[in-house]
This record gives sequence, C-alpha cells and structure tokens, in this order.
Amino acid sequence: MVETNQKVEPSISQMLEWYRQMALIRQFETRCSQSYQQQKIGGFCHLYNGQEAVAVGSIAAVRPTDYVITAYRDHGHAIARGMDIRSLFAELYGKKTGCSHGKGGSMHFFDVSKNFFGGHAIVGAHVPLAVGLGWAAKYRKEDRVVLCYFGDGAMNQGSLHEAFNLAGLFKLPVIFMVENNGYGMGTHLHRHSAVTDLKLRSGDAFGIPGKDVDGMDCTAMYKMILSAADYCRQGNGAIFLDVKTYRYRGHSMSDPQKYRTKEEVGRYQEHDPIGRLEKQLRDAGALDDAKVQAINEEIHNQVEQAHAVADADPYPDAAEVWQDIYSNPYGPYQA
Amino acid sequence: MPVIQFREALNQAMCEEMQRDPDVFLMGEEVAEYDGAYKVSQGMLAKFGPMRVVDAPISESGFAGLGIGAAMVGMRPIIEFMTFSFSLVAFDQVVNNAPKVRHMSGGQVKVPIVFRGISGPGQQLAATHSWTVDALYTHVPGLKVVIPSTPYDAKGLLKTAIRDDDAVIFLENESMYGNRGEVPEEEYTIPFGKADIKRAGKDCTVVAWGKTCLTALAAAEQLHKDHGIDVEVLDLRTLRPMDTEAIFASVRKTGYCITVEEGYPTCGIGAEIAAIVQENCLDSLDNAVVRIASLDVPMPYSKPLLQHVVPDAARVAEGIKKAIYFKG
Repeated sequence: MVETNQKVEPSISQMLEWYRQMALIRQFETRCSQSYQQQKIGGFCHLYNGQEAVAVGSIAAVRPTDYVITAYRDHGHAIARGMDIRSLFAELYGKKTGCSHGKGGSMHFFDVSKNFFGGHAIVGAHVPLAVGLGWAAKYRKEDRVVLCYFGDGAMNQGSLHEAFNLAGLFKLPVIFMVENNGYGMGTHLHRHSAVTDLKLRSGDAFGIPGKDVDGMDCTAMYKMILSAADYCRQGNGAIFLDVKTYRYRGHSMSDPQKYRTKEEVGRYQEHDPIGRLEKQLRDAGALDDAKVQAINEEIHNQVEQAHAVADADPYPDAAEVWQDIYSNPYGPYQA
Repeated sequence: MPVIQFREALNQAMCEEMQRDPDVFLMGEEVAEYDGAYKVSQGMLAKFGPMRVVDAPISESGFAGLGIGAAMVGMRPIIEFMTFSFSLVAFDQVVNNAPKVRHMSGGQVKVPIVFRGISGPGQQLAATHSWTVDALYTHVPGLKVVIPSTPYDAKGLLKTAIRDDDAVIFLENESMYGNRGEVPEEEYTIPFGKADIKRAGKDCTVVAWGKTCLTALAAAEQLHKDHGIDVEVLDLRTLRPMDTEAIFASVRKTGYCITVEEGYPTCGIGAEIAAIVQENCLDSLDNAVVRIASLDVPMPYSKPLLQHVVPDAARVAEGIKKAIYFKG
C-alpha cells in the first residue's frame, strides 16, 4: 500500500456527518424492522445494524465519480451514497416511486445518478461486475475506483475468485471489501472457510495486496479507503480488505439465530460503531446530551416522514410488468 | 459481390463496429494471440491491440461478468465463448445479471453486450461439449437470441447485435464457419424479429434457424427433385424476438408446419412454435405440427450414433413427407 497524499485526519464536521449518516441508517432499519413485521415489506430483508461504519467510512473516502456496488445487505451503502430514503422505503414497499420502480425490493437498490450500481442478490455474482466497472474505467483512462462489498459467505463462491484473478491480472482499480461479520448466513467463518485469515484466500494469491481493517471504527475505515483509493488511482491495481465487523440482527428478518448467543451479540455491541464515534465527538466537545438528542429526534422525524410518504405512494400499474425489460424489444431497427 | 466465408463475415462485422465505436471490445478465450480458436477473430489483435482484443483466462463466469459490468457503464463488449457449452459455467451471469439488471434497477442500467460463439453438436465431442443452447436462452425474458444461417445474415445480424442496447446471445455453428456466401462491401444491418423466406414454396412450411435451415433446404431440394414437392423454408434468424407473423402467414398459405432443430424436442423451440401455431392458425392446419429435432438423449461420441441422433436432410425429408401425408 502507498502513503496517501490526502489529508488523512478527518475534521470534526466530517465526523459529525458520519455520525448523522450512521444514525440515519440505524433508525431507517428500525423502521424497516417494524414495517417488515407489519408485512409492508415482502421478500427477504437483510439489516445492516452493527456494520454501519463500513459503508459510511468507506464511501466518505471516495468521490461521487467513483463506482459503488454491493451485495443484498445494501441499505447502508445506499444511504451512505446519499440516496433519498423516501425512494428506499417506497422500493421496500413495492411502490411505483421506489428507486427501482418496485422491481427490485430490499436487495436491489440502484441509483445510477450517484454511481451506485446495486444491490445484488446472488452471493458473489456481482464481484465480476465490479471488475467490469474497473475494466471500463481503465479502458477509458478515467480516474475512477470501484468500491465492491460482499460478505464473508461470498468468499466461497467461484465467481469471486475468478473475478479476483481478472482484477489482479489486468491491474484494475477495484477495492474489494469483505464485510466479514463472522457468519455466512448462520454458518460461522470457522465452519465455512478452510482458512479464516481471509487475506490469505484473496490478495496475495492474485497479486492483490490484502489488509485487515476494523470495520466497527468509521475513522479507521475512512483512512484505510483513502489510502487504498490512492493505490488504485496510481495504476497499481486492486486492493483486498478484510473488514472485521458484526451484525446485531439475524441474517435476514426470518432468522431465529440459534447459531450464536445473546452474550456474543452483547460483546460486540459494546464496540458499537455509532457509540464509538459518539464518544470521540463527545471527548472533542462536539457533542453533548442535548445535541445527541436533537440529532436523533431530527432523524426520527425524517425517517417517519419518508416512511409515511412512501407508505401512501401508489403501487405501479399492472402494465408496468412489461417495462424495463428491453431497451427496445426489436433491437435498434424496428422490424 | 464478394464471396466470403461465414467466419470472415463475422470478423468483418466486429472490425467494422470496433472502428466506428471505441467502446466496442472483444474478450474471450484465445481470441487474441491465438487468433481465435476457430479463427473468427483472425488478425484483430494486430488491428486493434491488446486492450480491445483481449485474451481471457479460462474463467467464463469471471469474464462474462466483467463484460456485463463494463456494459453497465455503457461499453459494448463482445464476449466470445469458445463454445456455448462453456457458457453454462457462466449461466448465472448470462441469465441473471445480463438480462435482469435493467429490470431490477427500474430501467436505470442498460446492458449492451453480445455473447457469441458456437452452439450445436459439433464433431463428436460427446455430451457435455455438444450443447444446443437455443431453447435454454430463448426461455429468458430480457435476452435476445440470434442465430444466422448464411454469411450475409451473420454479418448484418452481428452488427445489429453490437449496436443493440440489450444483452444478445449470438449463436454460431462450427461446421458452418467455412461456408461461403455473397456479402456486399457496403454497410448494411439486418433487423431483429424479421424472418427470411430462404426458399419459397406452396406445399408446406418448414420453420428452421441456424444450421437446420441448410438441412431443411437440402431436404427441400431433394423432395422437389424426386417428387415435385414444393417446400417453403422459413429462416427465423432471431428466436427472441420471434417473427411469429411470418410463421403464421406461411402456415396459412401452405396448411402444414414442420419445425427442424438440432436441440431437443422436450420444451424445445419447435414445441413453442407448435403451441403458437395451433393457437393462431388451427383452422388453416391440415395436420398436426410436426417437430423434427435431435433424439431426446445426451449427445453420444460415436460417429454413427451421433448421426442417428441429430436430424439430417434424409430425416427431415421423411418428416416432411409424413407431415403432408405424402405416400410415395
């Protein structure tokens, strides 16, 4: 890895913005959980509680022109990338006003105007797409990097290893991040991966440097991605990061979590990324009880309002099923 | 008009499109240094360099996905599968990511990609290497499936495929690469969803695509010579979109419909055509639709066995005679 030329230490105002974003993601998902129980949300719904610092810290370190692509646990990345939460609630509720017109749901948030390329639900299958985004950037000689997120379960998919080899071979500007929350669904890392130091299963094997990073620490994420992005922008190729994190909720909303204890979850919650950043900001004199309460109330109102609007939004018309399949069913030349 | 090989027609189409659009590139196994496993990309590396004619490792899922990712930001990749039998290793990329990203993003992302390569039983390659994938991919909403039978069609359809904004499966056939045909020097394209009558006739309609057009034409000539039977051979050229109106018009004229395919009869393209013909032309039919297909077995290695499984002109001619109640 190289030394970054950028100003590494974040300002207090940056950190306050991260705090706000993480709190927004947390409260957004509290509402998701309620809406799921009220059966407003169908399908699978994978919550990001505990992992917020990964998306927020990493996305804060890249530019709007950089590409972002992730797996199905995508709510946090979408919000960190600045997507309007009303369009996210609407998507979850299957509404016409959803970011994907109600065609994708929880696992398929997209916003191309923000260079956010999904939301992908087949485990590991979007990692080759990330490599394609990197290929396009290199081919066109554009100064862009790709942030590609996936879970530790995806480390066991063949397409991921094919993609790593291509990225290493072609020296593509992709930052691969395994959001290593310790479980592939309900199967612990020790039971799903022959080698549990995931750097050994990725980086060096494909000529891609690998690093560990504390994914419960937003500032650590930010600094690591600044440096990784510099490495990629200088034409050195890809980077692999084993991001150590933890999810407090089940794999999805329907997970009874028999594979772990409440004590284990509690131990990680003591290192909660939002609480940690809050403490740093309190120590720096930037937050106090009144400010914390004000921020959280404001976010609560923002979330409830977006939810209410999306809840009242119309469903798509039946004719919509025929839309968004082809640019033109008969190709560029009408038959 | 110049007469060129099928593979040269494909090569011309790719070269012309790469010259007119810098976002077009070719990637696949052995397409560059080796000059193409079947020489379709011969000379292209020298012409366009290694960023645009790219050897991929043997990682079909990886490089198919790479192509899709590049297409998501507006590039126009041509991904060559050495054979579509190997595309099955990348099946998830081809049937999930390529045709569905547009849909699941609510139309925000387009995927202008061409997957091309050979499909069909080939030369004694045994069961896993001999896939006819036309029905597999035609089944998928969001994909377009193109299958030319002549060098002229190959060039015009491939140029259209490269310019198309959606994912296109472009099926070739190893045994046809050396076939020759007239291809004009001037620019042309062929629209999708437009079938072509390769032989006009009044006695019955044979619907075919790709290589089986040639088989059907050979059978038609034999039947005409031997018995004066006048067969119409309709070449679909694209399976999705399918020119159903052309099928119906021909069947309404002749009263008989025979389909010919190298794929399997079970849930095959012929089965689909039989269904839509009876739904739309029942009153015009003088017999049930007859499907001629490969036998419903894995492709065997042994030459006589393979010949027994895959329909040839003699089997097609017999099928036509049976379909039109010809006794002779």
